[in-house]
Amino acid sequence: MLDLLFFIEVLVGGLLAGIMYSLVALGFVLIYKASGVFNFAQGAMVFFAVLSFVGFMELGLPFWAALPVTVGLMVLVGMATERFVLRPLVNQNENTLLMATIGLAFVIEGTAQAAWGVEVRRLDLGVRDEPIGWLMDEVGILISQLDIAAGVVAGIMVAALALLFSRTKVGRGLRAVADDHAAALSIGIPLKHIWMLVWATAGIVALVAGMLWGARSGVQFALIGVALKALPVLIIGGFTSVPGVIVAGLIVGAIEKTTEVYIGPYFGGGIEGWSPYMLAVLFLMYRAEGLFGEKIIRRV
Amino acid sequence: MSIGKSVRGMLCGLAAASSLVAAEAAMSTALADEQYFGIPSSRVGPYSAMGTGYYGGIIDYLNYVNMKQGGVNGVQLTFQECETEYNAARTVECYQRLLHNGDQKIVVFDTLGTPGAYAVIGRMQPDEVVLAQYGYGRTDAADGRVWPWVFNAAGHYWGQIAVKMNFMAQQEGGIDKMKGKKIVHLHIDTAYGREPLPAMRAIAKEWGVTLVEIAVPPPGLEQQSQWLQIRREKADWVTFWGAGSGMNATAITTAARVGFPREKMIYVTFGGAEEDMIPAGDAAKGTYVAANAVPGKFPLIEDIEKVVYAAGKGNMQNPERVGTVYYNRGVGAAVMWIEALKNAQKIHNKVGKTVTGAEFRDGYEALDITDAKLEELGIHGMLSPFKLSCAKHDGAERWRMMQWDGAKFQMVSDWVPAPDQTFIRKLIEDSAAKYAAENNITPRECS
Amino acid sequence: MFYREAGQFRTSYAQDAQILPLRQDRWGMAALLLAAFVIVPYVANDYWLSAILIPWLILSLVALGQNILMGYAGQLSLGSAGFMAAGAFACYNLILRVDGIPFIVAVLLSGVCAALIGIVFGLPSLRIRGLYLAVATLASQFFIVWALDKFGWFKNYDPSGVITAQQIVIFGHPFTSPQEKYWVVLVIVAVLALAAKNMARGSTGRAWMAVRDMDVAAEVMGLSLLRTKLLAFAISSFYCGVGGALFAFAYLQTVEPSAFNIDLSFRILFMIIIGGIGTIVGSFLGAGFILLMPVFLNVLFHGVFGQAVDATIISAFEQVIFGAMIIMFLIFEPLGLARLWQLTKERLRLWPFGN
Repeated sequence: MLDLLFFIEVLVGGLLAGIMYSLVALGFVLIYKASGVFNFAQGAMVFFAVLSFVGFMELGLPFWAALPVTVGLMVLVGMATERFVLRPLVNQNENTLLMATIGLAFVIEGTAQAAWGVEVRRLDLGVRDEPIGWLMDEVGILISQLDIAAGVVAGIMVAALALLFSRTKVGRGLRAVADDHAAALSIGIPLKHIWMLVWATAGIVALVAGMLWGARSGVQFALIGVALKALPVLIIGGFTSVPGVIVAGLIVGAIEKTTEVYIGPYFGGGIEGWSPYMLAVLFLMYRAEGLFGEKIIRRV
Repeated sequence: MSIGKSVRGMLCGLAAASSLVAAEAAMSTALADEQYFGIPSSRVGPYSAMGTGYYGGIIDYLNYVNMKQGGVNGVQLTFQECETEYNAARTVECYQRLLHNGDQKIVVFDTLGTPGAYAVIGRMQPDEVVLAQYGYGRTDAADGRVWPWVFNAAGHYWGQIAVKMNFMAQQEGGIDKMKGKKIVHLHIDTAYGREPLPAMRAIAKEWGVTLVEIAVPPPGLEQQSQWLQIRREKADWVTFWGAGSGMNATAITTAARVGFPREKMIYVTFGGAEEDMIPAGDAAKGTYVAANAVPGKFPLIEDIEKVVYAAGKGNMQNPERVGTVYYNRGVGAAVMWIEALKNAQKIHNKVGKTVTGAEFRDGYEALDITDAKLEELGIHGMLSPFKLSCAKHDGAERWRMMQWDGAKFQMVSDWVPAPDQTFIRKLIEDSAAKYAAENNITPRECS
Repeated sequence: MFYREAGQFRTSYAQDAQILPLRQDRWGMAALLLAAFVIVPYVANDYWLSAILIPWLILSLVALGQNILMGYAGQLSLGSAGFMAAGAFACYNLILRVDGIPFIVAVLLSGVCAALIGIVFGLPSLRIRGLYLAVATLASQFFIVWALDKFGWFKNYDPSGVITAQQIVIFGHPFTSPQEKYWVVLVIVAVLALAAKNMARGSTGRAWMAVRDMDVAAEVMGLSLLRTKLLAFAISSFYCGVGGALFAFAYLQTVEPSAFNIDLSFRILFMIIIGGIGTIVGSFLGAGFILLMPVFLNVLFHGVFGQAVDATIISAFEQVIFGAMIIMFLIFEPLGLARLWQLTKERLRLWPFGN
């Protein structure tokens, strides 16, 4: 019985970790869905957003003032990205755009470190990251306030984004742009504004993800690495599906943690570095467009 | 296409400019009374907190010696910096770039990291440069017979882990009480993380301790499964061997999440600094760290602030970091360079003159840092006293345990050696002998 | 005026099919090879040889491999450093465990090892493509480095988990000085580059390009997708494997698996994008650019600002400029340095008249 309890504990731990991955993956989906760009700079944006937020607080701004200032900054970043990176690259192929975002990642990382320094900072959201007492005593499961907060935030963001995409005019425009830049332009969709909007939104998503990760692990360069954790989530969920990201995050988290705990020790551990990717490959062999991805129809 | 043209023009300009810079570097002539150092710093990227503090300390001390004492017996210290981003291939490039500066040549190299040290370790002997690994790097280099050019003063990972296990035994009330206890070695899944294991396994076997090894894949921002395993194992102690403050801070917060007491966690030197504790907030309170240079405003550090920082020549972007763990460790490393330089000048009758790599090596090997010497330098208590010799390149083998109180480190022990030094020494000599046999090296004689 | 093909007639099929149909190209290539083999080793100092030229040649080889897979066969891959690691460790173990194996044979066999692994990880390419495949290739990257790190056998149970590459010995002569190593690397790279050029312009290359441009159409035309794609993976991994072996033996010497991390894979990807996708010369130009750019910026900034500006800010700005350069290249010259080279030639021909 004890073992079953431990299994549940591991499973819950994995699901909670999965939500944290999903938060980062959401930013990717948003941009991919809206512009067909796989934005490699998302990890750098997470880092930059939360570092700036903490930086503003260090300059003396209170929490409620630092937040809008940072949001404003991310909007500026989105605008600059649209103007100087995306607009000149309209109608280029996928690979070129991917490379451009990798270049963008260098720019953002460098700027962040030049502006705010390389020190590691602490972010206190006032949400405790320790097991909630009665849950531990009554049910024997370890869940912290931060975990609950992450879940709630993820839920709200998914709902909001899903509504944005399916129910608003902007959302329809976004989907058209993702299909074909030139075609969308030709029917009068304001590409400029749409991209700006999307990148700004992605910046805000990055800020939220960064705040939750930063509260747990400190605000620092290593946060860029969480982007790599989000990739398998992204392919399993399909690049274009917002709810898919959450489901895939849960799947990845659960399988990653259970395999690490139960299979890892036979190989000396550390398999969770690659197991999500292997899982993703196996998954793709079965369903090549991901869980909720749009079926790719190709013509000769 | 005018923009395209200008970009192309720029690229041509780039090529021209690069040859110009190279030519300029080649032309800079050396004065007779200068000693040139190469500094392979790592200021950006995931290990930047470590790199800025450590190399900042080194540079500040070099400037301090120049400004306060007019150099070493009149020899001005000069240096060039090169950014490695903590990457092995770029460390090699930096090493080759820094190696010569006009007709000057570096005498010592310090990569502050095991991967970089390994990448250049084979180049030391042919180039006649000392590799100073201050508490990191190749452990069996402590055998100076096989590794004449490599030092790990003062201390290495095997000695460190022995001190830590001894510390646990003290806390538990003696080595006999350790029998049946369980220690988890939670480590980053790289060569560096597994470096202490040979010594650890041997000691655990002798003491009757169960040793469980759990790996964290880098970058280690998610450690839920590892800590749940630790919980299931009901570990008595955890020795944590991570890299980068992301992994280090996450270990603490995750320990807090699964309710593992931080008073039972002992951190490695490269994970035990203010930068690793602060991001974890209150959760870090109680964590133990082994240190080879302890933080604090020692007289020398205060004097550096007075001489270097007051003149606006300080290297730290944030002067508040002066006196932290990594900064003081950098100062300690530079102190060793300068003391070795003084020795070299004395041994080879070149007082007031530039020394060569071979002469510097002799000076480094003759390092004898006594309590009196530390007192004189104004860092008594910051470093452990140590003495090197031809065969013994690791020196003190003493470490100091400290504990994070939520705001700063408190010392909880004096400088303590490993309980059974001959045992560690034997492990080192065996390993060095294996390396020598594999690579057809005849160990030199040390009488 | 300078680069004219006028008056050069091809009168036989053999002439039409040669690699360098133009006289000035042949002379240029001959001069380049002469310089590379004879002049450079005597003129360049140790820094240039061992810190710039050797890694440049090796990384060019790896970039060639990446270019075969991505530029010619159109399979986006982010795992080339993993295959380099496989090659490096295979070479170490071959020399360690097989008595008297010649160095060149060991290097080629380590390429074969990498190729076999490449085929296994290339299998998903039959079903997935594009970005999905790119992320799938990351699996190989992480898995290979993990396996090499985890199992002591690969490293002959070294307590520190690193390998020290053995000396390069060919026909009983040890190649130890930077010059000698440079020659070894140069010969291998030159031969393999020639092979790549011939593959690219032969039926193999045409098959790859057909698959790249439209795989369904290629299949309809009777090409076996299985064979073509896996061949591209195998040959690409072979180049990466040989490059990895040379990286360990002629450059780093002491290697741990994590030296072949994902950052290196990304750098290799940059090389071919900057250099020019689907060109041989682009692999060399791109490798040079990506390798030299950070070095150049580092030297320049420290030369210009010295200690006047905080070194941390300088290092951070190097990153910014590096990233900005990549973006600028993509915007102004998406076809890479190879295209710049081509335009230069055209301009030379028209000079002094502009177009």
